[in-house]
Amino acid sequence: MSTTTTQPPAPGPGPGPTRSDLRHGSLPNRFPAALLASCAAVVAGVLLAFGAFGFLLWGLLTAVSYAVIVVTASARVEGGRKATDRLVTALVYGCFVLAMLPLASVLWTVVGNGLARFDGYFLTVSMNGVLPSMDAGGAYHAVVGTLAITGMATLISVPIGVMTAVYLVEYAQGRMKRTIMFFVDVMTGIPSIVAGLFVVALWIMLFGPGRTNGAAGAIALAVLMVPVVVRSSEEMLRLVPQDLREASYALGVPKWRTITKVVLPTSAAGLTTGIMLAIARVIGETAPLILTAGTSAVSINWNLFDGQMMSLPVFIYSQVRMGGAVNYERAWAAALTLILVVMLLFFLARMIGRLFAPKAS
Amino acid sequence: MTTTDAPKAAPPPTGKRRIGDVAFAGLARGSGILILLILAGVAAFLIVQAWPSLAANTANFLTTTEWDPNVREEPAFGVAALAFGTVLAAAIALLLATPVAIGIALFIVFYSPRRLSSLLGYLVDLLAAIPSVVYGLWGIGFLAPQLVPVYEAMTRYLGWIPLFAGPASTSARTILTAGVVLAVMILPIITAMSRDVFRQTPQGHREAALAMGATRWEMIRLAVLPFGRSGVIGGSMLGLGRALGETMAVAMILSPSLVLSWNLLQSGNQTIAAHIALQYPEATGYGVSALIAAGLVLFAITLVVNMGARYVVARGNKES
Repeated sequence: MSTTTTQPPAPGPGPGPTRSDLRHGSLPNRFPAALLASCAAVVAGVLLAFGAFGFLLWGLLTAVSYAVIVVTASARVEGGRKATDRLVTALVYGCFVLAMLPLASVLWTVVGNGLARFDGYFLTVSMNGVLPSMDAGGAYHAVVGTLAITGMATLISVPIGVMTAVYLVEYAQGRMKRTIMFFVDVMTGIPSIVAGLFVVALWIMLFGPGRTNGAAGAIALAVLMVPVVVRSSEEMLRLVPQDLREASYALGVPKWRTITKVVLPTSAAGLTTGIMLAIARVIGETAPLILTAGTSAVSINWNLFDGQMMSLPVFIYSQVRMGGAVNYERAWAAALTLILVVMLLFFLARMIGRLFAPKAS
Repeated sequence: MTTTDAPKAAPPPTGKRRIGDVAFAGLARGSGILILLILAGVAAFLIVQAWPSLAANTANFLTTTEWDPNVREEPAFGVAALAFGTVLAAAIALLLATPVAIGIALFIVFYSPRRLSSLLGYLVDLLAAIPSVVYGLWGIGFLAPQLVPVYEAMTRYLGWIPLFAGPASTSARTILTAGVVLAVMILPIITAMSRDVFRQTPQGHREAALAMGATRWEMIRLAVLPFGRSGVIGGSMLGLGRALGETMAVAMILSPSLVLSWNLLQSGNQTIAAHIALQYPEATGYGVSALIAAGLVLFAITLVVNMGARYVVARGNKES
């Protein structure tokens, strides 16, 4: 029994050496990274030599040459199946890089073009009395409008949205529950312009044609915001452990007190995160505001119920339509402002969600 | 182990219900019903306000391509060209976005380093956070000028395909550019849905495939893709719904004109949503009512697509 044969090393976890390795060789682990680096270097050298260097061209040629070489090498050394696997790996990585290109490009162009005009003056001055082509004026009235309209939309949609979520999680059963959940999902897909038209139709019936004001815009945004708030709140309320509710019932606390004193406070952080993400989603909405709050306001207007109201997204759009160089500069600066606001909301939401979240069971 | 039937965690039935409970439950129920009413109201108000122009229309609303409702008498308008443009732009976007989104979802779930995967997913979600008007500005201010030489090359070498017939637009403000931007905008939602469903692939299926000696791609093809098919289809349809209704990016990129054409590289096509945004400020006579009618068509199309998507996703969840 002591004639122990030398055992082959046990295959490690993950994609270790398999049986096919015994017949075919395999490329060294470092091979793909090294090949990619050398491809990039060679392509860059060739392009520079021809004086045709461009980042897109460079990336494209590097990717293609890498894919071709790695597949041929793998097919020769490792066999066809492994070669297919290598090709798919390259494609999948390529897809991700491809998706990051527009993100980087959008942020880069907005920051690059927006910084020229993005300063204290731009943020504190309106366009009142400024001709479109003059080298003056700012977006203060648009910031005011955005704050007012989004604020009112939030005030409308949060109570409705959270209460609906409470209903779905705590009360609703059977068919009613399924119906509401289904239509909330469907409502998420309403095109924003249709929400705007809905308010236009409503306003024509209530006040006659041609009335535009901030409140109309706020209602249109609220229509878009409610389903988002419902979905996120519903998820958060479901995370509240059933034990907490039962403990409260056991103490004789009525159901509605249980919900307001136990369930809602427990999920407060999650609810806030969801609401902020919903705000971030509607704060950039343009189309419904063009229809409802007007496109031509130039002065500061805090009154939601009187007259047209500018907002940051509509400001961008109307400046682009004017088409001059100064207008484009204003549009880029406003875009930078808008993106900063959205990103801020996004990050704050994540931070709140992460810092105050109850420990998941 | 003396398991008694756990009593349902409902408030104790002590004769009469507390007034607070009744009021609160009523409030919650009322909110839920209010949402249904809003949705019904959207449809109802649009129909009511669209009716005057539809009744006065002298042309066939569904088959006419011209748009001439801004008069007091005998308006003539139809959504044929608009609906065609809408579907064409959305189809281009879907065609471009779906394969890439599947690739990204696979990358995030199976290829990226485990520790980075949530961060990378977050980066893709950021694409959805950028407002559509900024995409429009980017499309017209940056992307379109970059695409002009590409389109010229396409007409030169691919011009024999009718879709790419020349002469290419000199500003690249065409339906293809709009489709590319729409594709970027719907990437995140398709990716998110695919990612969720790929994650749910049973561990057993994946490990069984790997244990048989499958490579990673074979594991994905045999275990993950069949399992995730309904999620991917549902996600694509949600993306389609979003692309159909997207307004600002398209309105800013397309040059304002209204022709029904298959030429992707020439300007002329227009979508319903963009048309409404562009025409509304100048609408007079039957104009507003006609635009509401067009919006009604868009609402109906997106409603059907979205309900279909939810149905596919729900059925997939039930099967798995």
